[in-house]
Amino acid sequence: MNRLDHTFGRLQAQGEKALITYIMAGDPSLQDTEQLVLELERAGADVIELGVPFSDPIADGPVIQQAAERGLQSGTSLCKILDSVRRLRATTQIPIVLMAYYNNIHAFGETAFCGKAVEAGVDGLIVPDMPPDEAGPLRGPADAAGLHLIFLLAPTSTSSRRAYVAKESGGFVYYVSLTGITGAKLNDMAGVRENVAKIKKHTKTPVAVGFGVATPEDAASVAQVADGVIVGSAIVRRVGEHGQDGRLVQEVGTFVRSLKGAMQPT
Amino acid sequence: MAIPDRHGRFGLYGGRYVPETLMPALLELEEVYQRTRRDRKFQTEFKHYLKEYVGRPTPLYLAQRLTKRLGGAKIYLKREDLCHTGAHKINNAIGQALLAKRMKKPRLIAETGAGQHGVATATVAAMFGLECEIYMGTEDMQRQALNVFRMRLLGSKVTGVDAGSRTLKDAISEAMRDWTTNVRTTHYVLGSVLGAHPYPMMIRDFQSVIGREARKQILTAEGRLPDCLIACVGGGSNAMGLFHAFVPDKRVKMLGVEAGGLGVESGKHAARFAGGRPGVLQGTMTYLLQDENGQVNLTHSVSAGLDYAAVGPEHSYLRESNRAEYTSVTDDEALAAFDLLAREEGIMPALESAHAIAEVVKRAPKMKKNQILVVNLSGRGDKDVQQVARIKGVTL
Repeated sequence: MNRLDHTFGRLQAQGEKALITYIMAGDPSLQDTEQLVLELERAGADVIELGVPFSDPIADGPVIQQAAERGLQSGTSLCKILDSVRRLRATTQIPIVLMAYYNNIHAFGETAFCGKAVEAGVDGLIVPDMPPDEAGPLRGPADAAGLHLIFLLAPTSTSSRRAYVAKESGGFVYYVSLTGITGAKLNDMAGVRENVAKIKKHTKTPVAVGFGVATPEDAASVAQVADGVIVGSAIVRRVGEHGQDGRLVQEVGTFVRSLKGAMQPT
Repeated sequence: MAIPDRHGRFGLYGGRYVPETLMPALLELEEVYQRTRRDRKFQTEFKHYLKEYVGRPTPLYLAQRLTKRLGGAKIYLKREDLCHTGAHKINNAIGQALLAKRMKKPRLIAETGAGQHGVATATVAAMFGLECEIYMGTEDMQRQALNVFRMRLLGSKVTGVDAGSRTLKDAISEAMRDWTTNVRTTHYVLGSVLGAHPYPMMIRDFQSVIGREARKQILTAEGRLPDCLIACVGGGSNAMGLFHAFVPDKRVKMLGVEAGGLGVESGKHAARFAGGRPGVLQGTMTYLLQDENGQVNLTHSVSAGLDYAAVGPEHSYLRESNRAEYTSVTDDEALAAFDLLAREEGIMPALESAHAIAEVVKRAPKMKKNQILVVNLSGRGDKDVQQVARIKGVTL
């Protein structure tokens, strides 16, 4: 069974919500990334999202853009990220999802990528610049390998797109909480609640909410309305601040514990 | 088969590789565009502005001294440099501004490389009373300081982009981020036949007036079609504009000229067909300069408007189907052509268009005297005078 399905199933049975934490692979180095993944799990993360650094990340705000630059500077490639995941699998079974722009996957080769990713221990793939309409070349190889393709919905999505994208998405549906890029400010919880409910009419697949979830308070409110809470820029900002000062793992762990604490059912 | 198909595909190329937030806007834009392109009232309005505001039709001018000097084919210049604002870019800017009005979007955004598209968008925004913000790489702002000031004079906000190579590619990414954030109130006036469907098709259509006029003009002047068309290709909108009407005329050869920079072998260039392979950048699948991991390469050209890592997807298709050919000329060749056209014809071409002239310099002498070359003089060189002076070591 795909680790994502297993984890969401377990959490749902316990009446809990998933904390999905994003870090950029190779920021500041892949060795740090591996340490961070283990710390994120200890701190209460349920799913790890690893960003694949790309030279032209059109869906990302400045915090993740700069993290991608640091990742590229440390020589990170998709190949090396898969090696890291393989090493991590010796010690952890936490679900791991890669978030990669399409050109990196295309350059690797769609079929080769899906096979090697699953073999390394990757459970899902998010491609922010590939709506399901363009996912044809990935669909066959991903299904054959057992890799979930996770698609995004947005506040601007129409009802017909909600139905289509929800049906195509596996593992979870990624609802983008705001009309904007990563790291913007979450400001419309009523809208999030309403749209998550609309998506859930089309699918039994869990719905997780990301973009703009920056504080324990944000995490707590999103956990009220969705199956999962995705936190990216707020963690990546801390990686950027402490990447070189030896407190990196501790600082990130403390922050993620505060998020998880706020999400516990009362 | 219609090109592109209903998924925005030109063969293998094109498509819609964008964040989901933008998908509804692209679908709306496509629907509105498909409706308006058949709407006589829209076409009448578009033609009105092209005639009365842009000054179309632009002349097809026989460059007699250049023809004589090169000693081969007869050379005709399609004078897009005589358009209001000094380049072909305004044809597309007017078309898209009219669409934005129909979609009731009060704000325009655009990216710009050389500044010509930014000036054109700022101009039509002023004319139609729309709010306007232009994104421009800080490297380009330095190269094209005059155009930055022009846009500000026209009432637009110019925002510098300090990411990556600080050129056109980074300006497009930033404009896409703005559009993603403000999509409900904003129309993104993309400047070339790039990006996600329907942009490559729509911008080609708005620019295709160039080739329709040129075809009619050459038939009037010579009683026959030309042997060869030449145009520079950054994203490729002036080239698509010239080529489109001639695509069915199989005997008319079409030649696109990319920026060879310091030479293709130096790695410092923007010759996508010489050094790239298919990939996805900023919404579309096309030829792309990239490394083995799919990271987009930095490009170089003396001309900011050609300094871009990808090419319009329809050009990839025209090349793959052998309908058009693509070549490149270096910075030095383009600068020499700039001088040549100024001295032989009293016309200073934009450095982008100087690339097309440089290819004419190579081709025309090898052609017969009764053969005809039509070259798109896509923009005028006033904006480049300061940069040319700098390169020549002249202090103004």
